[in-house]
Amino acid sequence: MQSETQFAGFGGQGILLMGKILAHAAMEEGFEVAWVPSYGPEMRGGTAYCTVVIGDRPIGSPIIRNPKYLVAMNLPSLEKFAPTVKPGGAILINTSLIPVDVEREDVTTIKVPAVDIAKEVGNVRAANIVALAAFVAKTGLVPLERIRSCVEEEFSAKPQLIPLNMKALQRGEAAVAERETA
Amino acid sequence: MGKVLMKGNEAIGEAAIRAGCLNYFAYPITPQSEVAEYLSRRLPEVGGVFLQGESEVAVSYMIFGAAAAGERVFTTSSSPGISLMSEGISYIAGAQCPAVFVNIMRGGPGLGGILPSQADYLQATKSIGHGDFRLLVMAPAGVQEAVEMMMRAFPLAEKYRNPVMILGDGLIGQMMEPVEFRDDLRIEPTNKDEWATNGMDTRGDNRRNLVKSLYLDPDELNNHNLRLKEKYERMKREEVRYEAYRTETDYRVLIVSYGTMSRVCRTAIDLLAEEGLPVAMIRPQTLFPFPEDAVREAAAGKSCRAVASIEMSMGQMLEDVERSVQGKRPVRWYGKCGGDVPTPEEVIAFVRSLID
Amino acid sequence: MGKTFAKPEALSDANTHYCPGCTHGVIHRLVAEVIDELGIRGRTVGIAPVGCAVLAYNYFTFDFQEAAHGRAPAMATGIKRVRPDLMVFTYQGDGDLASIGMGEIIHAANRGEKFTTVFVNNAVYGMTGGQMAPTTMPDQRTTTSPFGRNVEEVGMPIRVAELLAALQTPAYIARQAVIHPKFIKKAKRCLKAAFTYQLENRCFSFVEMISTCPTNWGMTPLQALKWAEETMLPYYPIGELKTPEATPASN
Repeated sequence: MQSETQFAGFGGQGILLMGKILAHAAMEEGFEVAWVPSYGPEMRGGTAYCTVVIGDRPIGSPIIRNPKYLVAMNLPSLEKFAPTVKPGGAILINTSLIPVDVEREDVTTIKVPAVDIAKEVGNVRAANIVALAAFVAKTGLVPLERIRSCVEEEFSAKPQLIPLNMKALQRGEAAVAERETA
Repeated sequence: MGKVLMKGNEAIGEAAIRAGCLNYFAYPITPQSEVAEYLSRRLPEVGGVFLQGESEVAVSYMIFGAAAAGERVFTTSSSPGISLMSEGISYIAGAQCPAVFVNIMRGGPGLGGILPSQADYLQATKSIGHGDFRLLVMAPAGVQEAVEMMMRAFPLAEKYRNPVMILGDGLIGQMMEPVEFRDDLRIEPTNKDEWATNGMDTRGDNRRNLVKSLYLDPDELNNHNLRLKEKYERMKREEVRYEAYRTETDYRVLIVSYGTMSRVCRTAIDLLAEEGLPVAMIRPQTLFPFPEDAVREAAAGKSCRAVASIEMSMGQMLEDVERSVQGKRPVRWYGKCGGDVPTPEEVIAFVRSLID
Repeated sequence: MGKTFAKPEALSDANTHYCPGCTHGVIHRLVAEVIDELGIRGRTVGIAPVGCAVLAYNYFTFDFQEAAHGRAPAMATGIKRVRPDLMVFTYQGDGDLASIGMGEIIHAANRGEKFTTVFVNNAVYGMTGGQMAPTTMPDQRTTTSPFGRNVEEVGMPIRVAELLAALQTPAYIARQAVIHPKFIKKAKRCLKAAFTYQLENRCFSFVEMISTCPTNWGMTPLQALKWAEETMLPYYPIGELKTPEATPASN
């Protein structure tokens, strides 16, 4: 089995970090992983995206045109990449910045107001962690507990940021749980 | 030590340290500047030498000087930078000094692009600089393999007293994958007192050493070239490495592919197998020496109808594949440049076109 | 009574290939004497340039590396960084250092690399047959400036010592001449100072040597010495331009 997740958004939204934390968590769970960035001038200010491939066998092609999942953190990303998601896949929409719906019947949509939640938690920059938690809670790619320990490790050099990100994780998870019970 | 998730460029830098090379000179260029950024922090921690040179030209001679003084040393760059270093590489090969060069390739010619490419195959394997010399060239297909090739590169450079090149594409440098640094792969440096200009006192003798590439006497130069040739012939006998994939099947097409491109091909081969079309692959891990025998034998497989050289360049490796197959099967090329890596689907369509 | 004039241990027995009247031999000897006097032969690595001194390694009795054209300072950097205990010097001509290798020398000096450069300025490319150098004097005829150096077209000769002395990094920068015994004595003093600064791990050190090339100047050795004194010295004044103790005030 193999899954591919594309994370996309503005430069500065912490897109590459979301992917890295997922890849790290999957590695710790014993999966084969590859984290593939976009690189070059588009890194600076424009759209940032990366793809995380998780599998139970060595990862073949790291070049993914049609991912199973898309985490879209802004509107241009959704418009650009939503059509590429495999049928039967899922798209997470950061509704704080994306006022439109996915116009596809063959994919699941996960709606999370990641920026709004991050503001409530105390820092808009934690929106990526909110969205990541929601995405992982919904897809079950790895246990959330593993994401938690990887976030702690990621911020080990700035421990003052850990409580904020733990709160962001919790709220992200809760956001999709609420939706399911609603 | 367990696995860590690392970017290829950073893993290459760390692998050099694990290999016992604590000397690095470099000039920044996309897509491999992370090696310099990583080592600028890491080398001081281990008492190593990090220096950002004023140009790739200068860096290649810093490498030359350090290598001639008998120390393990390496640099990393990308295509246009490697062209600038090619002068120094020629001198290093001529003077028979061990050194490791990493080329994280980007598209060309000229400034080209910054996306992954395999456009420097011919440069690396045939003639990177002026004069009659070769590099030992290894091509990793992933971050773990890049690390292991780095560990082998230094002892190989010393065994042959010749520059060794790791030829990766931009993705190998930019991708993050789990890596394990295996200290058991480390091979200690050879004693270099016989030839290194490390100072007579260091060697405790009164015989001076001279590191040079100048031979004005034609017989002397010819003999020098013959000695070099013998080294390259020995590399062909002893250093060929490749991976054979699904060659035990009744494959109808043989793919030859390396680096990131070979991973795309592997996925394509798996998908084709599910569809009932058996395809095999020879993945060269050394590009010089090229696995000629393996390619020739695999191409001669009973059910094999065609051979495909699939590369992110306009048919550079094709020449080696054709040479190896010796006309026994049709050899075709497929590839793309510019950084738009072919997808498994594109490879599948091409392979099918060879059968129909 | 011991010998009053003996060949330095650092100098080999080989006969040099230099032309009659060439001053390379004088400079080689000064380098060898300094190395003997400092007792550093066993830990010295010399770097030969491309130019007339390309075969300099034949005339010394310690480790030597041969560089590509202009790249000796980069090689010296490589050695010195990985083996700071070695004594390293580059021996470079004006085509090598002031033309193709200008980038390497400026950056090595600016980084304060702890090696010594001996810069031989004879106002001409010697080995390739007397072509114009960056140091060729105004109106001086060479094989590529047959009507004399036209400064309107190719600019004024480069004063390398002044250029390097302008860098803010502490260094020892001197210019001397080997065209008369009184100058040669001073040249040796500066050369010894340069190697001593390196020995003390103080700074980059550089000594430019105003030299002659009778063959390519089309002069007898004596005429060449006279021409150098009358034409070059006014433009290339001798002396210590900079010492690490007294760095020019940054203004």
